[in-house]
Amino acid sequence: MMWFDQILQGVFLGGYYALLACGLSFMFGVLRIVNLAHGSIAVLAAYLVWSIADLTHISPFIALAIALPIMAIAGWLLQRTVLERSLRSGSLTPLLSTFGLAVVIDNSLFQKFGADTHSLDIGDLAYNSWNLTPDITIGQLALLTLVVAVALLGGLQLFLNRTPLGRAIRATAEDPDTAELVGIDSRAVYAAAAAIAVATVGIAGTFLAMRATFDPYTGATQLIFAFEAVVIGGTGSLWGTLIGGIVLGVAQNIGSQINPQGFLIAGHAVFFIVLAARFFLAGRDPRTLLRALRRAPA
Amino acid sequence: MSLLSVDKLDARHGLLQAVREVSFSLAEGEILALVGANGAGKTTLLRSISGAHRITSGTVSFDGTDVTPVRANKRVKMGIALVPEGRRLFGGMTVEENLEVAGRTGRPGQWNKKTVLDAFPVLRENLKRRSGDLSGGQQQATSIGRALMTNPRVLLLDEVSLGLSPVAVNMVYDSLQTVIASGATIVLVEQDLARALRIASRVACMLEGRIVLEGKASDLTREQVTEAYFGLRRPDAGRAAS
Repeated sequence: MMWFDQILQGVFLGGYYALLACGLSFMFGVLRIVNLAHGSIAVLAAYLVWSIADLTHISPFIALAIALPIMAIAGWLLQRTVLERSLRSGSLTPLLSTFGLAVVIDNSLFQKFGADTHSLDIGDLAYNSWNLTPDITIGQLALLTLVVAVALLGGLQLFLNRTPLGRAIRATAEDPDTAELVGIDSRAVYAAAAAIAVATVGIAGTFLAMRATFDPYTGATQLIFAFEAVVIGGTGSLWGTLIGGIVLGVAQNIGSQINPQGFLIAGHAVFFIVLAARFFLAGRDPRTLLRALRRAPA
Repeated sequence: MSLLSVDKLDARHGLLQAVREVSFSLAEGEILALVGANGAGKTTLLRSISGAHRITSGTVSFDGTDVTPVRANKRVKMGIALVPEGRRLFGGMTVEENLEVAGRTGRPGQWNKKTVLDAFPVLRENLKRRSGDLSGGQQQATSIGRALMTNPRVLLLDEVSLGLSPVAVNMVYDSLQTVIASGATIVLVEQDLARALRIASRVACMLEGRIVLEGKASDLTREQVTEAYFGLRRPDAGRAAS
């Protein structure tokens, strides 16, 4: 029963990882950018929601609703001012520019808020749980996180499949030059995609602040977890991201059950095994591996 | 007044000059067949007109407006649509999605999903299939249908028969007759000389980036075009009655 509970808690933890990785996966799938500032943007969103809630004494969920459009505008600006220019200089430049952006965000947050840790006050939701059996409990926040992750990923999938803008995003992700030839403004579509991606990071950052403490330098760890979930699930694949997050969460929980220090090691081990398997299946050619990792959102 | 006008257009691929001082104009309802051997610059010329290829000098005017600095997506909204060489469909999307994504330009006109499916019946039975899984002919029909969904005033068709079986070529050209009958203005790049001469009102033959022969299809013999095609005709002897 204890093992079953660990696996169950791993699934819920995977929901958080999927939520965290959603924006990273979306941005890679559409813009072909590995956003190294992803974790830092999540922490920035956590600070934004925390600040709004702290200043106005409103519910963190209402604060999130206020923060989301701000994050979307930030994503639009990020694309237009940094990423679009970086992409023109080759595929390496966005890596460097987003790495630089992460450094700027982390240190700006440190300058403004100091090294103290913070957390969003969500009252009893942080602790309440349902005891299914003496050995199996389901935390309400953990379940809410998983539900939000599934809803967000499902919503994004529906948006991509059913709406004109979603189809334009898919077309642009597949072939931006041809998209222009059917009247799609690829620059505007990329900016819209970046706005959506950063808004989803805002949701992930809020849940980070609800479920744990955070400080200005929490972003790097969040980036690693998000990156691992994306790679395990297949980059650019939204439902793959959910599966990747759950696999990572379950692996970490099983690892911690085996050894108290096995939490991180087991997660990293699964990540490397999946990466090695893809590398092996792709014929050991790094270029083929990159192509194998890439999948347009569909 | 001409609908489309190209004046002294130069275009390069790196150091290679693909199109040299090409000038021509096209009136509404005309069908211009652009013929020439591989590497003559036909595709680059069409891509330059559509805005997909940046030109080095010259101008492209559409309906009296200089569209040279206008981006490709804006030219589509003005009424210039390109059916690119190799189809270039969105392979992960269904046929229906390929059509709908082009339909969002919102240009008014006779073409919508129903009229496109009427013109290309082969698409009706494949609407829900991924376009990447279709045969060459079906893909070409989708590509032309997708361009029509933007309700173009000028349709640029690049090598529509390339890589297709004779049956598929006939199917595509049968469907194109509906488009031609609608009074469409077309620039057609085609390797099949006989077919090009049959449907075009005017013919321009390109050689090494230049138009070396241009005239009404009815005024040109197949021999004249063939000579220009293979460079047996001197460039200064070009320009038949136009």
